[in-house]
Amino acid sequence: MTDIVNPQNAPAAWLRPIEAIVFFIRKTLNIAEMEMRKLRHEPLDLLTRAAQPVLWILIFGQVLAGVRAIPTGEFGYIEFMAPGILAQSMLFISIFYGISIIWERDLGIIHKFLAGPAPRAALVLGKGLSAGVRGISQTFIIYPLAYVMGVKLDFNIFALLGTLFTVLMGAVLFSTFSLLVAIKVKTRERFMGIGQFMTMPLFFASNAIYPIEIMPGWLQAISRFNPLTYVVDALRTFMLDGGQSHFGLGTDFAVLILVAALFVWAAGRAYPSFVN
Amino acid sequence: MNVIETHELTLQFGDFTAVNGVSLALQEGEIFGLLGPNGAGKTTMIKMLTTLLPPSGGGAIVAGYDIVSQSAQVRRSTGYVPQLLSADGNMTGYENLLIFAKIFDLPTNVREERIQRLLEMMGLQDAASRMVKTYSGGMIRKLEIAQSVIHRPRVLFLDEPTVGLDPIARASVWEHIKRLRDEFNTTILLTTHYMDEADGLCQRIAIMHQGQLAAIGSPQELKASVNGGAADLNAVFSHFAGAALEATPGSYLETSRTRINARRVG
Repeated sequence: MTDIVNPQNAPAAWLRPIEAIVFFIRKTLNIAEMEMRKLRHEPLDLLTRAAQPVLWILIFGQVLAGVRAIPTGEFGYIEFMAPGILAQSMLFISIFYGISIIWERDLGIIHKFLAGPAPRAALVLGKGLSAGVRGISQTFIIYPLAYVMGVKLDFNIFALLGTLFTVLMGAVLFSTFSLLVAIKVKTRERFMGIGQFMTMPLFFASNAIYPIEIMPGWLQAISRFNPLTYVVDALRTFMLDGGQSHFGLGTDFAVLILVAALFVWAAGRAYPSFVN
Repeated sequence: MNVIETHELTLQFGDFTAVNGVSLALQEGEIFGLLGPNGAGKTTMIKMLTTLLPPSGGGAIVAGYDIVSQSAQVRRSTGYVPQLLSADGNMTGYENLLIFAKIFDLPTNVREERIQRLLEMMGLQDAASRMVKTYSGGMIRKLEIAQSVIHRPRVLFLDEPTVGLDPIARASVWEHIKRLRDEFNTTILLTTHYMDEADGLCQRIAIMHQGQLAAIGSPQELKASVNGGAADLNAVFSHFAGAALEATPGSYLETSRTRINARRVG
């Protein structure tokens, strides 16, 4: 009557790590599927997120493009900032993602998942992936808008996939960071305060709306430790026709994957303390 | 055969000992009630047995596995309905069950059949495609219980399963708890504040007081042991735990939480 694993069927020793990885991926996808189902019931959630990037490009972008105050090399200002605004939009969605698990914890939903068989890091990464899907939805708003504004976009299939993957990685990174913060601060009020406090420095100490070269030296140094800088660099490479990576795509992805893995690990480790 | 066995199970938070050297044994197919005033350590016991909190002393075997060194196996073979709401209001009843069926790795061919069977058993077929946020408190509780037994666990933990429910919903939840035991021989450990619940539902009960076991036995045995045998369970409870009722520290927050929960499910 019970679904107990028969020890006779236990895998050979060399297979066990592979099995553990497959199990981890399956549980991650289960959690991601749950989040997608919830999103499907509340699709308007995504549309309301679109207003902010549209305003940034239409107003801030057009004004600064007119002034020609920021040296953006071969690209016009709108072209330069479009990838930055996509990154910003992804950042805002992701950095406030942690509020959802505070809500779920206050209800009691988290307890049941923690008492189930899914590895804790899979609970975290599954949620991170769903933040990635939310981030990716912004691509479908910013691409058409940028195109209409005359930005020369790269529509090569690999470039498009590169954009989606970059947004996904960025969202996993910042949303799992957000989950980690939520696990530590535990209350909505404190989380909102810290969230507001985090977004501005992350955004302005990056190359999203101006090149690193025009920053003062101390800010340049900080911006190199800011993962958003690498998201923007990869996005500029993929999105723009003739876009060149400043740091190299290898560096960009190495930074994003390593930092994201670190946050998934740390948040998974801290998760059980969240309910006690 | 004992499905749960604890030995001197202890948990300390700093200077405060929430659970102090509790040794218990539950037999297969038993419905066991854990009673005690707020702060007596009931929820902490359940959190340790479900591996949510590592014990600071002693140990326990649940469904044949050690709660510390084999916590993953314990989580696979037990079900848990926390005191708080644990079904997700932003999905349908069916989806709530589906996700748990997947998390517990039910094979695809078994999944659908088992979900339908549980929906039917809990009387939720008609509400299956409705969002859970439109459910009544009793329906939510039944859905949560269905979620926690979808993998046919040997052991089920229920933390105050009927708190905040109206009498009809309570009776219906009791009915379903008994059916789970009768049909699947599931061992059930529940905590409760209600003496009638303990009396009508449990074969054996234990009364906890300040982290320790104050009394254990069948409701009849306990009644016979107090006041020369004329007692009801309320008298038994006051006898073993009553002195502590008004002296529990931190009860303001506890009260607020209980009332908030009661409002949510009720």
